[in-house]
Amino acid sequence: MSKSSHPKKPQSPLSLHIPEPTARPGDAPDFSKLVIPQAGSQPRPAVDTPAAQLRDCAYDLVRVLDESGNAVGEWNPKLDADTLRKGLRAMLLTRVFDERMIRAQRQGKTSFYIKCTGEEAVSVAQAYALDPRDMLFPTYRQQGLLVARDWPLVDLMCQIYNNTGDRLKGRQLPIMYSVRDIGFFSISGNLGTQFPQAVGWAMASAYKHDTRIASAWVGDGTTAEGDFHHALTFAAVYRAPVVLNVVNNQWAISSYQGFAGGDETTFAARAVGYGLPGLRVDGNDFLAVYAVTQWAAQRARDNHGPTLIELFTYRAAAHSTSDDPSKYRPENEAEKWPLGDPIARLKQHLIHIGEWSEEQHVALTTELEEHVKAAQKEAESLGTLGTQPASPSSMFEDVFKDMPWHLRKQRQEAGY
Amino acid sequence: MATMNMIQAINSAMDVMLARDPDVVIFGEDVGYFGGVFRATAGLQQKHGRTRVFDTPICEAGIIATAIGMGVYGLRPVAEIQFADYILPAFDQLVSEASRLRYRSGGEFWAPITVRTPCGGGIFGGQTHSQSPESIFTHVSGLKTVMPSNPYDAKGLLISSIEEDDPVIFLEPKRIYNGPFDGHHDRPLTSWAKYPQSEVPEGYYKIPLSKAAVVREGSAATILTYGTMVHVSLAAVAESGLDVEVIDLRTLFPVDVETIEASVKKTGRCVIVHEASRTSGLGAELMALVMEHCFHHLEGPVQRVTGWDTPYPHAFEWQYFPGPDRVRAALALVMEG
Repeated sequence: MSKSSHPKKPQSPLSLHIPEPTARPGDAPDFSKLVIPQAGSQPRPAVDTPAAQLRDCAYDLVRVLDESGNAVGEWNPKLDADTLRKGLRAMLLTRVFDERMIRAQRQGKTSFYIKCTGEEAVSVAQAYALDPRDMLFPTYRQQGLLVARDWPLVDLMCQIYNNTGDRLKGRQLPIMYSVRDIGFFSISGNLGTQFPQAVGWAMASAYKHDTRIASAWVGDGTTAEGDFHHALTFAAVYRAPVVLNVVNNQWAISSYQGFAGGDETTFAARAVGYGLPGLRVDGNDFLAVYAVTQWAAQRARDNHGPTLIELFTYRAAAHSTSDDPSKYRPENEAEKWPLGDPIARLKQHLIHIGEWSEEQHVALTTELEEHVKAAQKEAESLGTLGTQPASPSSMFEDVFKDMPWHLRKQRQEAGY
Repeated sequence: MATMNMIQAINSAMDVMLARDPDVVIFGEDVGYFGGVFRATAGLQQKHGRTRVFDTPICEAGIIATAIGMGVYGLRPVAEIQFADYILPAFDQLVSEASRLRYRSGGEFWAPITVRTPCGGGIFGGQTHSQSPESIFTHVSGLKTVMPSNPYDAKGLLISSIEEDDPVIFLEPKRIYNGPFDGHHDRPLTSWAKYPQSEVPEGYYKIPLSKAAVVREGSAATILTYGTMVHVSLAAVAESGLDVEVIDLRTLFPVDVETIEASVKKTGRCVIVHEASRTSGLGAELMALVMEHCFHHLEGPVQRVTGWDTPYPHAFEWQYFPGPDRVRAALALVMEG
């Protein structure tokens, strides 16, 4: 055998990398690796800027509210005080509603619930920045969209209770709402499937020369699903008028965002490979979320195509009532989140500009608690878990538009 | 009337619907300018425009997902999956989304989509261009599954499928696109032009879903079949000299149980013929239905003639494909029973 002309270098053995978050239960929360730029330091490009000139945005973080509660920089959407108060109210109402429904679940009135605590700015500010006629393809953590679009809480509670007022006739897990009247698409429990569907809806809107756009949401974990990438491919190819949102709340049940690839780059940067604009925004900053969404919506409406937005936030609550985060992350991690709480920050801003006070805030909180309690009473008058929402014969309806023979026969066999 | 093969009839159905309904859009891999690898959409983009008939990325899950979204908007999308063998990446969108959307939303949203896809073997396509996956769709609540066996039915059933408000899986047996293959692979293929089913109206007409066709009346036994196997079964019956009734199911589910029941009660003997592999194939469901509906009229056990429970083997195509000899043997067996 002849000697190789390239003598082998001594090699160390390979090792497999398994991502690990910076802190686990018992550790002090550690956010030292986060790079948080100064509020107001991000340039706001024109909405028709070619994606190739927007690549830096995917690695930046749009921030408007500074630490003292000032709204600063080019991205400041300069909303009037009434709109800000409306936003504060919707975020607070979402939080109060969540608290009330968690209690109802603990009391055995429903089987399951999912809160969005700490992420209220995402859905509320985005709902306001979109047109009320735009179509929404949400996940199960965007209840704020429904609150912001003024959908009655009683209707949501009836679905949560699967009671006689449940329009979905007891077929869906609690919180998997569907509200066609206000353009809120039926929530699927399978993650990410709605993302490419939203792109299809947007393509149809463009095909029909409509003026409405679509918006869709997934979490950081779901960016690993094929559907996320299918959505970006189709959105890019057909320049679909759609705003695609990744709510990076750091945790997918117990898997931190590193397991979706978040340690290596930003989620907004997924857009770069597709030739799309990717914007990264402080998801706990109501004004920044509003501004970025407004930018993307305008871009879509002007026929310049889709935008991917990463909303950088923190899931302060458990994944769901079936989850216990103290088993996998430090208990006080949410409190230490460097970007604070969205409600507290908007409240601080409103007080700072002389448009709100602690007394008004307390009064509003009380008013909303009463409002939610009254809605709950009304919903519970139609029953809670265990009350059948309709005759079980309805179980066989809506599988098809018209019931075929085999379902009629099975309904008979079941005794209805 | 015009003389059409199955591809031309399918093309004509889409042409008619594009002209008739501005909400019909057609898309899939290679379907636009080129007109599809089997030519099913040839000329349609040129005639109806690029926004109505267009190419897609090679992404079956994305094709079905965007079709669902378009359907939710109010369009009637017709998506082509180039080979039925490629449909599996879209399985989640079909099974968890399209089929259940109406149910889970309490009737608020639905997916009026038609998914056209060529299926079946006999073309030396190997295991990734020959499969018959119908039973994985007939098992799913909320999907309708259709498979035509001739040009006239193909056009009428496709128009019905496009107009359906429920999602339809429209399986096209590609071996009979150009002529009614009877399983005798060593004989020259006859063209559709020699058969009356190639006489196809140029305009709009429908064949209702969930209605089977009795393609040969008979009294000795019943063959339940569909797609390419309709022609294989007819050849086997002719060669057997037996007076066998042959039923072309056309819609595989929800199936026309009344026609099945009437025939099997009349003949008392039943053979089920399909190209798909046997275990948990549609034949199992058909046999169960025959047992539930006709047991006391049966003279003997029901027989199945199917593809074997193996992947589709390229070099053993004709040992795998259930040809007329196997159908004849099954008929002989049920006649003994």
